[in-house]
Amino acid sequence: MPIGRFPETAAVEFRVLVPAGVEGTIDWIAEAGEIGSGEPVARVGGTELTLVQTWPVRRPRPVAERRRGARPLTTGQRAIDLFYPVAEGSSAAVPGGFGTGKTVLLQQIAKWCDADVIVYVGCGERGNEMADVLDELSSLQDPRTGGALLDRTVLIANTSNMPVLAREASIYTGATVAEFYRDMGYRSVVIADSTSRWAEALREVASRTGELPAEEGYPAGLASALAAFYERSSRARTLGGADGSVTILGAISPPGGDMSEPVSAHTRRFVRCTWTLDTDLAYARHYPAVSWTGSSSRDAEPVGAWQARHGDPDWAVRRERALRLLADADRLESIAELVGAGSLPEPERLVLRTAKILREGVLQQSSLSANDARCDPTKQVALLDLVLGIHDRCARLLDRGVALATIEQIDLSPVTRARDETPPDGAAQVRNLLGELLARLGGLE
Amino acid sequence: MSARAPIEHTAIASLRGPLLVVEQVEGVGWDEVAEIRLASGEVRHGVVLDVSRDLAVVEVYEGTAGLRLDGLRVAFAGSPMTVPVGEGWLGRIVNGRGRPLDGGPPVFGTAARTVQGHPINPAARATPAEPILTGVSAIDGLATLVRGQKLPVFSVGGLPHLELAAQVAAQATAGGEPFAVVVAAMGITNADAAMVRDTLEERAAAGDLALFLNTADDPLVERILTPRLALTVAEHLAFELGRHVLVVLADMTSYCEAVREVSAARGEIPSRRGYPGYLYSDLASLYERAGRIKGRAGSVTQLPVVTMPAGDITHPVPDLTGYITEGQFVLSHDAHVRGIYPPFDPLRSLSRLMRLGAGPGRTRDDHLELAAQLYALVAQAQHAADLAEVVGADALGDSEQAYLALRAAFESDLVAQGRAESRTLEETLDRGWRVASMLPRRELTMVSEQTLARRYEEAPDAPARAAG
Repeated sequence: MPIGRFPETAAVEFRVLVPAGVEGTIDWIAEAGEIGSGEPVARVGGTELTLVQTWPVRRPRPVAERRRGARPLTTGQRAIDLFYPVAEGSSAAVPGGFGTGKTVLLQQIAKWCDADVIVYVGCGERGNEMADVLDELSSLQDPRTGGALLDRTVLIANTSNMPVLAREASIYTGATVAEFYRDMGYRSVVIADSTSRWAEALREVASRTGELPAEEGYPAGLASALAAFYERSSRARTLGGADGSVTILGAISPPGGDMSEPVSAHTRRFVRCTWTLDTDLAYARHYPAVSWTGSSSRDAEPVGAWQARHGDPDWAVRRERALRLLADADRLESIAELVGAGSLPEPERLVLRTAKILREGVLQQSSLSANDARCDPTKQVALLDLVLGIHDRCARLLDRGVALATIEQIDLSPVTRARDETPPDGAAQVRNLLGELLARLGGLE
Repeated sequence: MSARAPIEHTAIASLRGPLLVVEQVEGVGWDEVAEIRLASGEVRHGVVLDVSRDLAVVEVYEGTAGLRLDGLRVAFAGSPMTVPVGEGWLGRIVNGRGRPLDGGPPVFGTAARTVQGHPINPAARATPAEPILTGVSAIDGLATLVRGQKLPVFSVGGLPHLELAAQVAAQATAGGEPFAVVVAAMGITNADAAMVRDTLEERAAAGDLALFLNTADDPLVERILTPRLALTVAEHLAFELGRHVLVVLADMTSYCEAVREVSAARGEIPSRRGYPGYLYSDLASLYERAGRIKGRAGSVTQLPVVTMPAGDITHPVPDLTGYITEGQFVLSHDAHVRGIYPPFDPLRSLSRLMRLGAGPGRTRDDHLELAAQLYALVAQAQHAADLAEVVGADALGDSEQAYLALRAAFESDLVAQGRAESRTLEETLDRGWRVASMLPRRELTMVSEQTLARRYEEAPDAPARAAG
């Protein structure tokens, strides 16, 4: 139970907590009214409390207990929510070479995920990017509160030309701030861009202090430091009895795109989700370039169970079907490259065609489009149902002897455009489109 | 430079590569400037890299060739290296340390600034928002350079990257606002330096250009100073005198080699390919000096040129550069062989800030949509070209043939242009639409119906149209 509260910003109510380690009866509590940040607000067990608390950033803040069971964190990004979901209080890594869109993806999540508080740590990254984040967050509207997105965001900036020692500390500062809001009962998300710069800072400090290098010059403690950092993610009952969570998302910038380097390799051991960004997809301007073969989510199963309990029993089946379609298409494409697509049987050519629509109409998402940057979970499902529904109908037509060339007469570009031409929560419009197209395909029978 | 009486040190412990170790020093700080007097009367310059007890390690910009342990006198200035700043640099050609090469008098400024600069507080930065138009279609149309951006050219030895950088430096404008170009050449050949001087003659005559030349036969360590001098001068022109300044840094690979040499001489633990572990921070201390500041009129935009050794984009220099800069403009050997200038590689190129500096209110309403569509089409065309290599072009379907034709037109009608040819943005975008319109309308899924209605060029007789 907080002993006081006040609106910190339009979106976040600050809850005054008794710090960990202080206990006893409340001897005195200040009257409601304006109180300066350094002035006393209460006396508990003989200790005077103010609104300011200090905490050593490298030590995790304690909780009463970690909660079991998963609840999805909705990021508003289809490639993640539909295929490689992350649970609240879980952790994810985003490895990707330069130009694969790590920062854009993480910024999209910072803007549109349904957390209460976002702590964005710009760790050794670009100054212009931080300025851009600040600008955009203050001008964009939070779809849930109607206020500015900046109102729920804490930015911690250590750009690449700022001191290296501060960079080493910055991710811990971020985790501590997020834990502080978790303790108030909020769902907070830490976005660390990029943990590779943090590791390099660690390496630079270690080499200056003469520590013996282990892998690629990094100190031997790299893996344990990474593990300890990602373990600060949690969904917990706080000491005050509230429910709160810290989800940690970390970018990795592997040198030369080499995923076997120490930071990438070790991080994958400790996080629950990996959203691997693929250079070839990025070169082909497929954004977000989340690879459907190289990514993974250990939260997918519990999230599927959660979806089933919350009215969508088909969630896991739909996901599996789509992933299988993509994998089949990848396999068929490598065959088609040898023999030519024309010599594949028609059902397989249909798979290639559907996978293309799936990639362009569901997996791709434009961060620039007002309609597409955020996608409500209902619209996400509707889009995927749209593609799979049309595929099923086309497959049935093939079964009944309709030629693929005839089916291809029907222009399916509205399917690809639907993500961009319906509003962020336009599930109904997408379903209407499915109905229309099914009717037109039905006319071919 | 300092009020302190100059104390001269004569106890030299060792000479190691570009480094000089002075003994029995007291009160010397990091980054302090040193003057080294030889017995012959020659003066060299250096900077303190490291201090430990009574030892100071000095990096000598002119190199240590010809130095002897005895007879050297080293004086420390008591302050970090500064450079005079002001418009006096414009129209001048100087060496890598700022000494005149054009026969003119030394450059005097209106004030002095330390060459290391100061990091810009991210909260004080203004987000880049307006383009610099270069007259080069591939840049303006597809990887727009934005004021305050750092956009490197990634190239390979033998490609015309310096020609391109010089062309951009000669043609770039900032929509009629005060503009200047500062070129820092590091380790380029004398022939290239002459080419750069010729290309930029007009700009120099107009008093909009400062040229810092460190050629391949100049002292290597001087290259560590050259970009810092150039950027300090540029920052002053931008943030205090209100100009939009384009800084060309060529070649960053030579710069990094100088950093590596100093690191090796200091016996530091090497990271990848012998480069020091702090190369990322070191490069960032240069690249991050690009930007705009709230409430100031000007901007610093950087166009670094990076040659990728053996064309390897994962080499530490292009790799770390790519992680710091806001995109990359990649030149390809294949396009060069096909005779395309500039030999632009659309698939690997990207301007991250393009969405801020192009499109509605910035350039033209359809610009971003068109660029995204062209990139997607070219990626698709690459797929068709790969297929053609396996099965032969004749075995391709009509749709793939149309994509191949599109790729050829993309290169010859949009990307390729003359070395002195400057195109307006209108012309660039119109050419882009002519290329995109070679495919049937329904293939252009990244452009809105509205834009298609305005810009798509119907030409029923085009042979590619029937395909698809």
